[in-house]
Amino acid sequence: MTATIERGAATAPVASPKAAPSARTPKKSGRFLGSSNGKKVVMAVTGAVMVIFLLSHMAGNLKIVLGKDAFNEYAHALRTMLEPYVPYRAMLTLVEIALVVSVVLHMWAAISLARRARQARPVKYVAKKSQANGYATHIMRFGGITIALFVIWHLLDLTFGVVNPKGFDSTPADRMVAGFDASRWWVTLIYVVAVVMVGLHLRHGIWSGFQTLGWANHTRNRALRPLAGLVAAVLVVGFLIPPLAITFGVIK
Amino acid sequence: MNYTEGPEIRDTKAPSGPIEERWEKRKFSAKLVNPANKRKLTVIVVGTGLAGGSAAATLGELGYNVKSFCYQDSPRRAHSIAAQGGINAAKNYRGDGDSVYRLFYDTVKGGDFRARESNVYRLAEVSVNIIDQAVAQGVPFAREYGGLLDTRSFGGAQVSRTFYARGQTGQQLLLGAYQALERQVAAGTVTMHTRHEMLDLIVSDGRARGIIVRDMVTGEIERHLADAVVLATGGYGNVFYLSTNAKGCNTTAIWRAHERGAYFANPCYTQIHPTCIPVSGEYQSKLTLMSESLRNDGRVWVPLKKNDTRAPGDIPEEERDYYLERIYPSFGNLVPRDIASRAAKNVCDEGRGVGPGGLGVYLDFRDAIARLGRDAVEKKYGNLFEMYERITGENPYDVPMRIYPAVHYTMGGLWVDYDLQSTVPGLFVIGEANFSDHGANRLGASALMQGLADGYFVLPTTIGDYLASGPYGDVDEEAVAEAEVKVRTKIDRLLSVNGDRTPDSFHRELGKLMWDFCGMERTEESLRKALDRIPELREEFWQNVKVSGTAEELNQVLEKAGRVADFFDLAELMCLDALVRSESCGGHFRAESQDADGEALRDDEHFAHVSAWEHSPDGPVLHKEPLEYEYVKMTQRSYK
Amino acid sequence: MNLTLKVWRQSGPKDAGRMVTYRVEDVSPDMSFLEMLDVLNERLIVEGDDPIAFDHDCREGICGMCGMVINGVPHGEQRATTTCQLHMRHFEDGAVITIEPWRAAPFPVVKDLVVDRSSFDRIIQAGGFVSVPAGSAPDAHSVPVRKEDADDAFDAATCIGCGACVAACPNGSASLFTAAKITHLSLLPQGQPERLTRAKAMVEQMDAEGFGGCTNTGECTAVCPKGISLDTIAQMNSDYLKANAK
Repeated sequence: MTATIERGAATAPVASPKAAPSARTPKKSGRFLGSSNGKKVVMAVTGAVMVIFLLSHMAGNLKIVLGKDAFNEYAHALRTMLEPYVPYRAMLTLVEIALVVSVVLHMWAAISLARRARQARPVKYVAKKSQANGYATHIMRFGGITIALFVIWHLLDLTFGVVNPKGFDSTPADRMVAGFDASRWWVTLIYVVAVVMVGLHLRHGIWSGFQTLGWANHTRNRALRPLAGLVAAVLVVGFLIPPLAITFGVIK
Repeated sequence: MNYTEGPEIRDTKAPSGPIEERWEKRKFSAKLVNPANKRKLTVIVVGTGLAGGSAAATLGELGYNVKSFCYQDSPRRAHSIAAQGGINAAKNYRGDGDSVYRLFYDTVKGGDFRARESNVYRLAEVSVNIIDQAVAQGVPFAREYGGLLDTRSFGGAQVSRTFYARGQTGQQLLLGAYQALERQVAAGTVTMHTRHEMLDLIVSDGRARGIIVRDMVTGEIERHLADAVVLATGGYGNVFYLSTNAKGCNTTAIWRAHERGAYFANPCYTQIHPTCIPVSGEYQSKLTLMSESLRNDGRVWVPLKKNDTRAPGDIPEEERDYYLERIYPSFGNLVPRDIASRAAKNVCDEGRGVGPGGLGVYLDFRDAIARLGRDAVEKKYGNLFEMYERITGENPYDVPMRIYPAVHYTMGGLWVDYDLQSTVPGLFVIGEANFSDHGANRLGASALMQGLADGYFVLPTTIGDYLASGPYGDVDEEAVAEAEVKVRTKIDRLLSVNGDRTPDSFHRELGKLMWDFCGMERTEESLRKALDRIPELREEFWQNVKVSGTAEELNQVLEKAGRVADFFDLAELMCLDALVRSESCGGHFRAESQDADGEALRDDEHFAHVSAWEHSPDGPVLHKEPLEYEYVKMTQRSYK
Repeated sequence: MNLTLKVWRQSGPKDAGRMVTYRVEDVSPDMSFLEMLDVLNERLIVEGDDPIAFDHDCREGICGMCGMVINGVPHGEQRATTTCQLHMRHFEDGAVITIEPWRAAPFPVVKDLVVDRSSFDRIIQAGGFVSVPAGSAPDAHSVPVRKEDADDAFDAATCIGCGACVAACPNGSASLFTAAKITHLSLLPQGQPERLTRAKAMVEQMDAEGFGGCTNTGECTAVCPKGISLDTIAQMNSDYLKANAK
């Protein structure tokens, strides 16, 4: 009796690596956005757009310190930017579109990465202890959701005036002052919580963006980490001055 | 144990003529396999360390159809990964007078004139290609500020020929080979079988034609057939239970090949490394080596008085015995491994050892710290000190380290000719698993060199000569079935004993016995005692071992039991070989054969040969391969 | 010392698995963690129970075979230490210790604490090498390498492939493992020709295996027994971006 050698294949039943994706399978093009790394790049870029927006938004808000007129003029200027070359509100609309796109993409990337993460760990640990403070883990996703909810409230309150005591037909400065009136202290409280959340989100997020884009390393981190903290702190302080000043009656 | 002596055995493959032309000649005379035929030829490679990993990768690159096996979960984990020191190569990048000839000379002399000149010369010759290959693969060797490779002098060599990657040279070289191997897996030339253990060799028509393996996850017994089989399964130091080997290292693959006809050469040659962390208790599962470089600045001592229980700091200078400096004034703490190890054993036998059980000597950095400053010592040895502290909980900056010798490497292994082919045609053996290049003692930084020389450069050439002479026809199904039945029977037998001792408890007892009677110092009496005791213990094993679980699952107890069973048989052959070789040479020290100063005394008249043992049901048969030295004159080593 | 162990037991891939409590007594503080489990297993075998299956091999912290999540931390809380090098002196008498396997979909449990990490091998297969057949290499000194680059490459190359990074990552990402290999080869001249294709192929393979994405939490580097830096992930991101920009 003889047995022949089966060339090129296992001669006996061999447990195949469970439908494991074989290495080097040609990937279809355009995988970049589908890849986990690509999604992170989307987060980094859209995050950067939003940080720039927040900085200018904060600067604008601080105009209220100079008086209601200054603030209203600023709000008006946003709408008449580059007139008469472009129609009324054109630039602002463009900025708004860019922001909406950024928010949507940022959230899409976050949600799909979170879903990926859940699939990557179907069985949870009985005991799990963070060794890196757990800061980024908890703050980023939980914070992101909190911020998203706040943005909806914030738009309804101060942009569309739906939940603002002064309603839509008022000047921006009136809406702001009315919105943060001492009687509505809880609005201010929500605002404070949200702004602090934004700060915490950015403290990690700004550095994380650099890391994702491949610009961070341990030498640069000595500057990048403090920079992220500084930007986050400036934003928190800058955003909190107007509402607190209004609530405590400094600005009327 | 009875043995008989059979006819002499000779290596018929090494060409004659000037030694520097022999490898060139052999490469030219070796038949070539037509490229189109290569992919029709299957080669099995067992083991994925430096030798097996590099061989499988290279055979795959050449176009053979390769099947690679390892017991670990990934080929990257083979124990070559733990080699610390470095790799020798006769590059002479320092211009300090090194050459292929000098490396050859040092290796033959270091092996105490028990290695073949032709093989060693080839090893030295090929060493330079290894460095080129590794660098091209991206192995991050240490470099100097000029961007060129750094080298150091290692293990008492007088030239600086050791290339290194911090203390992790083995890891980096293995990852290079592993990456080359995975590249071939992706290319489809190599099929990788991890968590598979070879349990028998299939010999059909007198040729090695395949292996029987057990899938360690499912327990399935599989047969894999091929045109040639390569064993790269490492050494058998774990016969001593405690050694610096990985826990999984075992002799099963080479032992079962030995039972199928491969001669086992010089089984008694074991290397004991002097600087390991001592045993701390009964539960000790392995020993950890610390780089020999520590002896460059550390001073070795024990108390002058017996059973001195004072803390080392309380023992005044005049009551300390710096015994290496005392006995070997010119080499001092830097004497070769075997000498340092034996000296430590001697002082401990005198009752002057330190630490638990009195099995340790101090390696003291007090003077080095005083002379160089703590920072300089930290810079040089910081990671080693950390490792020591992690394991012992003692800080070597304040308290001297305790060290003790441990089994580290086995020079013996399956007998191979110049082509690295065993006495079973078609069975090739490479790396530590063969016996070929280190004689009776291996020099530091030579193991990595041999593994890679065999795997990248020697075997891929010589195996072609064997394969080109084929094809060797179909494999006899009866031979396959017989091997499979034998494997299953052994497994069933292990599972059916159902006694009350674990395989580990037997292994520990066997290891202690081997260490006491066939360790650093061997006597006729001790070896005879071991030869009496081993069969008794083996008998008890087969009567009383307890293997839990079943054969059809991941069963680490069953794996262990099978390996221990083979260790018993190997241990017996080791003791027999040590008994028959009544001279001292290299790592084999027979107390009866020493000079007036207590140094190892070779007996070239009676023992200038390789002892190749044939397995036979009537007891082992000894075949001697005479060793001739045309180039290096035989001398007695002296390190005084 | 006496300890209570809560150990994950799972007879095979199809078993649901559960935590089982064991008492171990007279543990010596000089024992390693694995030796403590050895002693427990010896007892289990003699009593006819199934011993706890766990992977281990070199027991000197370099092969990368061992690994379990001890009290919620891969390889335990002792930094820069593999499970096999962790010693019992770091635990208190009477302590309760939970022991779990690496948890990740691409690391399916084989038995008890043993997981299948072949996904790591496949990531290397995708491109974690320099294509240089044996015998084809030029002289080692033909290409000088800056010492700093060689040292940084070495740091990245010390990865032992144990998988603790994946086990610690809240996203189950293999970014640190993949990035360590990409960085090792990216920093050396020998790795340049395949640099971008390598990064792309390896990152895509990592995704294909089902690992999560990196969110820069830094959990991986904190538990890495070799202290592989997050810098490697930035390097991987940079190479991957460049590869896609082409």
